[in-house]
Amino acid sequence: MPDMQALVNEFLVKLKKRKIEGSQATAKQTAELIRSVISQQRVPYSNQAGALMDAVNAVGEQLIAANPVELAVGNIVRRVLHIIREEYLSLTTAAVAGLNLLSVSDDEDDTEHDDHPVLSAAAVAAAARSTLRPPSLQTLLEDVPDATAIPRTSSSGGDSEGKSKSADKSSRTRKLKHDVIEAVNELIQDISTCHEQIAEQAVEHIHQNEVILTLGSSRTVLEFLCAAKEKKRSFRVFVAEGAPRYQGHLLAKELVSRGLQTTLITDSAVFAMISRVNMVIVGAHAVMANGGVIAPVGLNMVALAAQRHAVPFVVLAGSHKLCPLYPHNPEVLLNELRSPSELLDFGEFSECMDFGSGTGSPLLHVVNPTFDYVPPKLVSLFITDTGGHNPSYMYRLIADYYSADDLVVQRRPATGS
Amino acid sequence: MDSRRTPRTVIDPKVRHVGFFAPPDRANSGQTDPISTSSSPSPPAADISPSGNSLSPVMIPPPRQSSDSRPIPLVHHPASPLRRESIPSGSSYNPSDFFAPATSPTASSSFASMTAVGGYGESSDDVVALSPGRAVRGGSFRASASSSFPGGGFDLTALKASSVPASELTTVSVVNMPPVIAEKAGGASVEMQNNRTANLKPAKEKTTKAERRALQEAQRAAKAAAKAEGSKLLGGGSSAVTSVNVKPVKGTKTASQKNDSVSVAASDKKVGDRLAEKDRKKEVPQPRMQYDDKSRVDKAKRRAVVNQTEARNRVELFRHLPQYEHGTQLPDLESKFYQLDHVHPAVYKVGLQYLSGDVSGGNARCIAMLQAFREAIKDYLTPPKKNLCRDLTAKISSYVSFLIECRPLSISMGNAIRFLKSRIAKLPLTLSESEAKALLQSDIDRFISEKIILADKVIVKHAVTKIRDGDVLLTYGSSSAVEMILLHAHELGKQFRVVIVDSRPKLEGQLLLRRLVGKGLNCTYTHINAVSYIMHEVTRVFLGASSVLCNGTVYSRVGTACVAMVAHALRVPVLVCCEAYKFHERVQLDSICSNELGDPDAISKVPGRVDLNSFDHLASSEKLQLLNLIYDATPSDYISMIITDYGMVPPTSVPVIVREYRREHLWI
Repeated sequence: MPDMQALVNEFLVKLKKRKIEGSQATAKQTAELIRSVISQQRVPYSNQAGALMDAVNAVGEQLIAANPVELAVGNIVRRVLHIIREEYLSLTTAAVAGLNLLSVSDDEDDTEHDDHPVLSAAAVAAAARSTLRPPSLQTLLEDVPDATAIPRTSSSGGDSEGKSKSADKSSRTRKLKHDVIEAVNELIQDISTCHEQIAEQAVEHIHQNEVILTLGSSRTVLEFLCAAKEKKRSFRVFVAEGAPRYQGHLLAKELVSRGLQTTLITDSAVFAMISRVNMVIVGAHAVMANGGVIAPVGLNMVALAAQRHAVPFVVLAGSHKLCPLYPHNPEVLLNELRSPSELLDFGEFSECMDFGSGTGSPLLHVVNPTFDYVPPKLVSLFITDTGGHNPSYMYRLIADYYSADDLVVQRRPATGS
Repeated sequence: MDSRRTPRTVIDPKVRHVGFFAPPDRANSGQTDPISTSSSPSPPAADISPSGNSLSPVMIPPPRQSSDSRPIPLVHHPASPLRRESIPSGSSYNPSDFFAPATSPTASSSFASMTAVGGYGESSDDVVALSPGRAVRGGSFRASASSSFPGGGFDLTALKASSVPASELTTVSVVNMPPVIAEKAGGASVEMQNNRTANLKPAKEKTTKAERRALQEAQRAAKAAAKAEGSKLLGGGSSAVTSVNVKPVKGTKTASQKNDSVSVAASDKKVGDRLAEKDRKKEVPQPRMQYDDKSRVDKAKRRAVVNQTEARNRVELFRHLPQYEHGTQLPDLESKFYQLDHVHPAVYKVGLQYLSGDVSGGNARCIAMLQAFREAIKDYLTPPKKNLCRDLTAKISSYVSFLIECRPLSISMGNAIRFLKSRIAKLPLTLSESEAKALLQSDIDRFISEKIILADKVIVKHAVTKIRDGDVLLTYGSSSAVEMILLHAHELGKQFRVVIVDSRPKLEGQLLLRRLVGKGLNCTYTHINAVSYIMHEVTRVFLGASSVLCNGTVYSRVGTACVAMVAHALRVPVLVCCEAYKFHERVQLDSICSNELGDPDAISKVPGRVDLNSFDHLASSEKLQLLNLIYDATPSDYISMIITDYGMVPPTSVPVIVREYRREHLWI
């Protein structure tokens, strides 16, 4: 356990110091960390899922607090919580179904008997759900019944289980943990292969002689374009350099080395060039539940220009970037200001910077935000690893990956465990 | 229509803000005419005032004007010939067109009586007979009028004494006007007036074609003579005449010269029409060089002084624009400094400054160029057996093409050059060389001071009214006009904050930032990608412009369109500050058809970012192209207001200003 804590702390420091960049890397490392947390977690006999979720919640809370702007961390934590729920549910329903099957096979003719186990299975599932539930709106509001419900259901569940299959209890416990870890592994796999899955769809979206504009650098975009190139499409790419990090230079270099016709332009020339562009393809930092995009700085401008010229604005996003939260004032709240040194040379302007104008506030401010918010109405299409989607559909897609009860990642009050 | 103008400017001061009015001094000069003073103090007397000459039919006639002119219906008749010029209505000649626009019934009645005596064809002919006279400059006209009107039988002599200055002031059609008014002043009735014109006309009709030919020949001869004799021919009084009159006459001079050979029998209206058309055609700029036209490019290269090496990987979309590598030819050119005899050193210096980027910014470039031309004119000597006017124009043209080789002209420079050339073309032939040179130099000085420096001051005055306490003003790049506005507002003690948005590769905003912070303004600096982040707190956007085109498009430093677009999306007003001399009648929809391409290497190298400067090994790759656009076109719907020296106008009013400004060209 102590070494686990050390691992978590190390990761926390990395997040805080922004040593990890890019949502994919962050997501992957978060998932790996949580996997090891789960595997280290000792599970009690009863309420194993609850214990696992508590552990994940505790770690997740810290991780999210370490870098609240890196939404991928929260996404992964919520994904894992969802996985635990699903696994537990499938285990219990499987167990009940097995029971049911057994009972059915035992006495097929008895319909009265048949009804009862089905009912009980539903009850068990419901009970299991309510035990697992972290403070959701319902439990928060109905505090007392919940508190009473948990012990009752757990005890009753324990009772029923104790009666029928106390023998497989330990195996089930181990199976849950095992299943969860398996699922998390799958998640990690998904994260690392999302590029390929997105890139597979490239040919369906890029036609011959297309002119594509992108800004900054995104690995997903690179893979997407290269996939289309490998399928013998020939098209041209305009790359806006993406101040102040100028990652567009790297992307342009990469594209050229893969044999794509590439033109590097300044960010300011986006409006001038977009009238000759057929499609804008960009990566995202995160996709919010309303279909809005938290994207590298500058993309709002590009999206507006694209809208003006009716150019499709396509956002590529792996599923780990889908965030179940609805943004409020995302330009400010989900943003991060980076060092002014990327824009101005401290040395040159030091005399201005030091000049407090008497009142204590310096004359010169430098604003260097990292992200832009692109509202859903400016986005034409999302391409995720599950296919293309409208911005208006994102909330539904997100519902597939997250359970509504996990939106607030918080350590459960001690009553549950 | 012309008769309506002057009263309107007096009555309705609202128009004055936009600059559609004749400057007061002009009206005064009109008033000093012997005719107008002698005629009557009533407003129609101002008919002859040069506001009529300016040929600018801008006014939307207010309803009460017609009633204004009704009491003195005579006026319409004399005014109507004037109008012929300004109304480009019929393409084919129809004599009834002449007076058709005349609104007062008396005008038509007088015309009817005239036709009763003379008949249509002749009455139109006689005007033509005079039309060459208009082409001739003041002095020579005088000479020919007095000496070489052989048997014309026209009683010009009667008018001459009193009204020649006035008649020269405008066109021939005015010539028969003064007596009319003089008559009226004497208390003549309408009938009398008609009689008078009727008398006048048949007298003139007697000129036959042959005679008219002879007349023209004589005039040409006289012109030559006048030139030879210099200004001696002109009396003391006539020098004033030239100074006042040259301008309106000039406008039509070259075209009418051509007309002489085309058709003499054509009506005055037709001539006037054609003149206007020709003028317009002349003013339409030559189609710019398209660099995807191989043969022409080669031809141009052979002439070129500056040997530009073409960029390695030209951007496909921009093949029609010159794409050169920069920075290589400077030492080469410097070494040529003493060998180039056909380029004046001052011009050469400016060219090098353009090339190296030492002088940039619309106003700075324009002023530098004009001053270089001023130097060149100062040192200019007309070669023997050459015409100053022609030779100097050619000389300037060669300078301009040299400057273009160094860096493509900005639109403002194009306008300035056009101004200078028109000044040269309109130089009175009677001037001696030194006088002409002095006149040109003072013209250039005046252009710089009035059109650039004073214009900026006016813009600042207007724009400052739009800055309130607590404002957050955003500006992009570095515009001299905007900088002056901000500094002035700061001097006025307004409390505001400035957001400077900047972009690569020029990072001009940093220079502006440094200057503003040095003056104690509260500044925020950011790059263009963050513009939609910072725009939330901004209350106004002030932008400079390289040019404003006729469809309201603002042609400016690349990135301006992005800033305006984001401001528009967030409902922040966008104010464009641009001097009126930068307006241009061209229209443009995108930023691609015409633009300027900068040094592509400036794109690939990011100062201070060693990790990124690694395109070197890819330089040979044909796949990589670097595009460094200099300008872009901002659509007019993003712009709330254009602040210019004529006031604050919406972008839809740009064509009006362009047209008016061109008129004003004639006046300067």
